[in-house]
Amino acid sequence: MKTRYNNQFNKQTLLILLVLGLSFASCSSNTDSIQDFKVSTTFKFTHNWEGDPVTNSDFNDIKYTNQNGDMLSIERLRYVISNITFTDSQGEDLTFNTHYLIDVTENDGLSFNLSSLVPVGDYSNISFTFGLDNTYNAGNYPDLNAENFNVPDNLGGGYHYMQFDGKYLDENSDEQGFNYHAIRAVDDPGTNPTFPQDTFFTVNLGPISIDNVVEIEVKANLAQWFRSPNVWDLNVYNQMLMPNSSAQIMMYENGQNVFSLGFVTQ
Amino acid sequence: MRKAYFLVLILWTCLGCSNDDSGYEPTPQPLDIPKIFSDNIIPPVIPTGNKQTVEGVALGKRLFFDRILSADGTKSCASCHSPQSAFTDNSPTSVGVDGIAGTRNSMPLFNLAWNYSEHFAWDGKELSLERQAEEPVQNPVELHSNWDNVVQRLQAHPEYPELFRLAFETSTITKELTTKAIAQFERTLISANSKFDKYSLGQAMLTSQELNGLDIFLREDKGDCFHCHGNPNSPLWTDNDFHNNGLDSNFTDLGLGAVTGDPNDNGKFRSPSLRNLAYTAPYMHDGRFTTLDEVIDHYSEGLQDSSTIDPLMKQIDQGGVQLSPQEKADLKAFLLTLSDPLFLNNPDFQN
Repeated sequence: MKTRYNNQFNKQTLLILLVLGLSFASCSSNTDSIQDFKVSTTFKFTHNWEGDPVTNSDFNDIKYTNQNGDMLSIERLRYVISNITFTDSQGEDLTFNTHYLIDVTENDGLSFNLSSLVPVGDYSNISFTFGLDNTYNAGNYPDLNAENFNVPDNLGGGYHYMQFDGKYLDENSDEQGFNYHAIRAVDDPGTNPTFPQDTFFTVNLGPISIDNVVEIEVKANLAQWFRSPNVWDLNVYNQMLMPNSSAQIMMYENGQNVFSLGFVTQ
Repeated sequence: MRKAYFLVLILWTCLGCSNDDSGYEPTPQPLDIPKIFSDNIIPPVIPTGNKQTVEGVALGKRLFFDRILSADGTKSCASCHSPQSAFTDNSPTSVGVDGIAGTRNSMPLFNLAWNYSEHFAWDGKELSLERQAEEPVQNPVELHSNWDNVVQRLQAHPEYPELFRLAFETSTITKELTTKAIAQFERTLISANSKFDKYSLGQAMLTSQELNGLDIFLREDKGDCFHCHGNPNSPLWTDNDFHNNGLDSNFTDLGLGAVTGDPNDNGKFRSPSLRNLAYTAPYMHDGRFTTLDEVIDHYSEGLQDSSTIDPLMKQIDQGGVQLSPQEKADLKAFLLTLSDPLFLNNPDFQN
């Protein structure tokens, strides 16, 4: 009974506070920042090949042609993004220091809500990191470990940024496997690897005004991984690319134009 | 109003008592999670409808070793899942109560609660450990029982009704409660005390050969075993996922493909854990490889191409990753460090 009484009391108190809060909030739009309001934000990742939607139902079928003219299929695609950042008009950043595994193969993680609410307002940019920055990459993340997403220490350690596996038709029209695995570029893989340059990168989605609960679509054109500035020849670069720093740097360069802002629904 | 209030109060009191007149509840027995797991991977899967209890685990253990589950009382779960073989047996495929051999190698049983997708068996057809436990009991080439008969035998047994009451607060035995108990016991089968685990925890040293083998295991341009079989930070040593690892160019057993009906899944089987390889020969879903050397040879130069072979398989036209004899020996030495002799002799797991 005491608990019930407390609940009743709490409900009444909450109601009063809510009314008061709403009163203040409704006044504040004239005098204070609009950012007193916060809303739920969902990110939705969609995938396409030059505009044609790609889902896991399109996998295992050699039906895509890359810029080099190689015909290919997708059999496995998953990647990690991190540090989603909202930059407001004053240049202040709101960063979510966490990561998300987007697993197209399992149709898992393609849509997710941010862990806390985002203030409404005009943002000059929304961005995220493709992969994990070097500091983040040095951490130990049980969820990614459980997904077997690690990069072994003798390949530089940390985690894959992306696993993109499939088959292509070689010069003899025979099917061959490819493993377009993006990681932190590494030289001298082994017990003392070195790192020629960073290969995670920031994806800038551009300005967005948020005035309500919002869903932000991020589009990924998978053909871009094979297009520019490096026309990707699968006959040359197909497997064992993790210890190949040149290949990693080319992936980094080609990745710059993979992602773009899609629909913003609110 | 006052009468109604009293009625509600009485009803509330009665309901409060009705769960168990004696106030008895089974004793919770959470899994004892090894440090190497709690440090590195997410918690195990325990169904909300089947929490681990002391009494449930004890009942499950007794059922696991009891031949009462078989049609003619000659075999138990342990007949094909022996503790001394890391809960598999040492024949390519197991023979059931009628003397008929199945088509699949008996899978070793350990660390099952960390199979996050909960797709069990070689082909993933069992979607929980509880459901998996139903199948061998009624499979004609395994225990070949009828579940109704099994339940009748258990119900008529002098001790089981009381053991079920202690485990599940009812002495009315059902198939569902029987498989729940077996699943509880199976979830306690945790193996994480290998030489390599001790090495990871700073409690043991590896030889130079074992370290070389680890390097080969983790090198994408050498063994490239880690993409499917884990790494020191992913210490299950399996991804529990399904792959065609190039055993055949034509399939006599479709594996996952027979379950999903998708031809793209033909020839795919679940990656087994590499823990306890010292005790789990023969290897592969059909037990075709008698020794670990044959397994390594397969990945080195024995791959067979097919339309569903996993793109992670390397140099297929040459048969595989082309390890030298020394590299093979080193890799084998490393793989054997994943074996856990204490698991075999854990008194909690013996009949």
